[in-house]
Amino acid sequence: MNFYPIFWKDMLLIRKKPWKFLASSMVTPILYLVTFGWGLGRGMSMTGGGSYLDFVLPGLLALSAMNNSFGPVSTSVNVSKLYTKTIEEVLVSPVGPWSIALGRALSGTVRGLFSAFLLLIVGLLSGVHMTLSPFIVLVLGITAFCFASAGVAAAMVAKSHEDMSNFNSFVIIPMSFLAGTFFSPDKLPEPFRSMIMVYPLTHANILLRALAGGKVPDAVSVIILTAYAVFFFYLAGRMVRRAV
Amino acid sequence: MIEILNLSKNFDHVAAVKAVNFSVSAGEVFGLLGPNGAGKTTTIRMLTTLSLPSSGTALVAGHDILNDPLSVKKAIGVIPQMLNLDIDLTLAENLEYHGRLHRMERADRTARIEELLRFVGLWEKRDMPVEHLSGGMRRRLLIARGLMHRPRIVFMDEPTVGLDPQARRLIWGLIEDLKRSGITILLTTHYIEEADELCDRVAIMRQGKIMTIGSPADLKAVAGRYVLECLGRHDVPRQFLHSREEALDAGKVMGCDVAVRDVTLEDVFIELTGERIDS
Ligand SMILES: Nc1ncnc2c1ncn2[C@@H]1O[C@H](COP(=O)(O)OP(=O)(O)O)[C@@H](O)[C@H]1O
Ligand SMILES: [Mg+2]
Repeated sequence: MNFYPIFWKDMLLIRKKPWKFLASSMVTPILYLVTFGWGLGRGMSMTGGGSYLDFVLPGLLALSAMNNSFGPVSTSVNVSKLYTKTIEEVLVSPVGPWSIALGRALSGTVRGLFSAFLLLIVGLLSGVHMTLSPFIVLVLGITAFCFASAGVAAAMVAKSHEDMSNFNSFVIIPMSFLAGTFFSPDKLPEPFRSMIMVYPLTHANILLRALAGGKVPDAVSVIILTAYAVFFFYLAGRMVRRAV
Repeated sequence: MIEILNLSKNFDHVAAVKAVNFSVSAGEVFGLLGPNGAGKTTTIRMLTTLSLPSSGTALVAGHDILNDPLSVKKAIGVIPQMLNLDIDLTLAENLEYHGRLHRMERADRTARIEELLRFVGLWEKRDMPVEHLSGGMRRRLLIARGLMHRPRIVFMDEPTVGLDPQARRLIWGLIEDLKRSGITILLTTHYIEEADELCDRVAIMRQGKIMTIGSPADLKAVAGRYVLECLGRHDVPRQFLHSREEALDAGKVMGCDVAVRDVTLEDVFIELTGERIDS
């Protein structure tokens, strides 16, 4: 494996424009926090006690990890494939498809984790109560890796910028709203509940909410989320391989 | 070093490359000359493992492009037609990235970056983002990048396309230096003088097929060494003659103002196809 150069270049690009990176990682988390925490959530209280903000923050962490891994990775891979053709430099060098996929997925993981971390800080500063544990970082890491890999796969399949934006509109955005980030999926009637359980993000939410409440997370969700991460990474490697 | 065996590529609606055969020996500068759309880039993309042939294959540095693309990738340097540099990175960082992709050691990378940036005359600009470079400078950096890992065989797709004469001369100088160093070069061009000046041998390509192969001198000699043309009259066919005297004698009976000049590869192309190369 020679994935490190791919990862190195992405990190170098981040270091070149730290403010741009910081700003783009911060915008959506802060918006969510303002809208759902301070705005919408102010007068709401949850049935189990605790504020809506306490409830929604773990979900926002997962959402942030997803958006900031899938978005930048898929855009960057898409642009390098369709417009700048910088991907061709890698494709003519002796770096295999799995290394390319891994380098990209890892840089997306770093981005996703970083934005979730920023949101966590802002959340804690604004008085959210949650139990902190290293497992939260682990779940967020798997979530970010999962969606970064999905971003690589989707960008390698997309034949145009439009394909990419359709994928966003029909897959990513619905998932953002439906996967139990803003409400608990248990409350939904069947068959909607089962449909929503298909989303990988739902399981990230279930796990993070359990961990934030100091509970032991559900093994089934651990397995499903991990399986999605493995599957999307496999898909990413295959799609890169197909490009040569 | 390169042996092409019945290489073909079909896209949905076009047969871009049709059963091409030729070989390039070690240390040779070989040119693929042909108009836009002839299939030059498609041929190079197959040889550099970027695209799979529809049929046929090729050996590059002794390795089959279909069975052993990894060994091919290790042996070759690719200087594409499209400037695919990372414009946010500096010149040195672009080369560093390339060195890392090829698993070069740190000390080796550092030394090679200086050597190459001096070679292409861009050492002073090493820490500048590529964004600020002119087109000619970017071309030179692209050449440096393709040479970074010391490939034995280099593919250059239209190395001077879109450049002004001065920038073009600079790149020709670089290619001549490389030729002296013994590297094998396969380049494509649609500029007649480029093929004529730089290449040991030239293959003339049109509509996916190789029309003829030979050294520039041999190709021109087949047509005849001198061309006799009627000035301002395109209806009178040009004549090819073997000596200047013959040409001048023939000119006397044409009944118009005549010009006698040396044959170029352009004349060869017109004779073969009835078209101009850059029409
Ligand atoms: N990816 C592609 N899909 C469909 N047709 C293509 C593709 N690439 C090249 N072609 C077609 O193949 C022919 C040869 O193109 P190309 O190899 O780029 O020529 P050249 O490099 O000699 O200008 C052209 O007709 C071109 O339109
Ligand atoms: Mg071309």
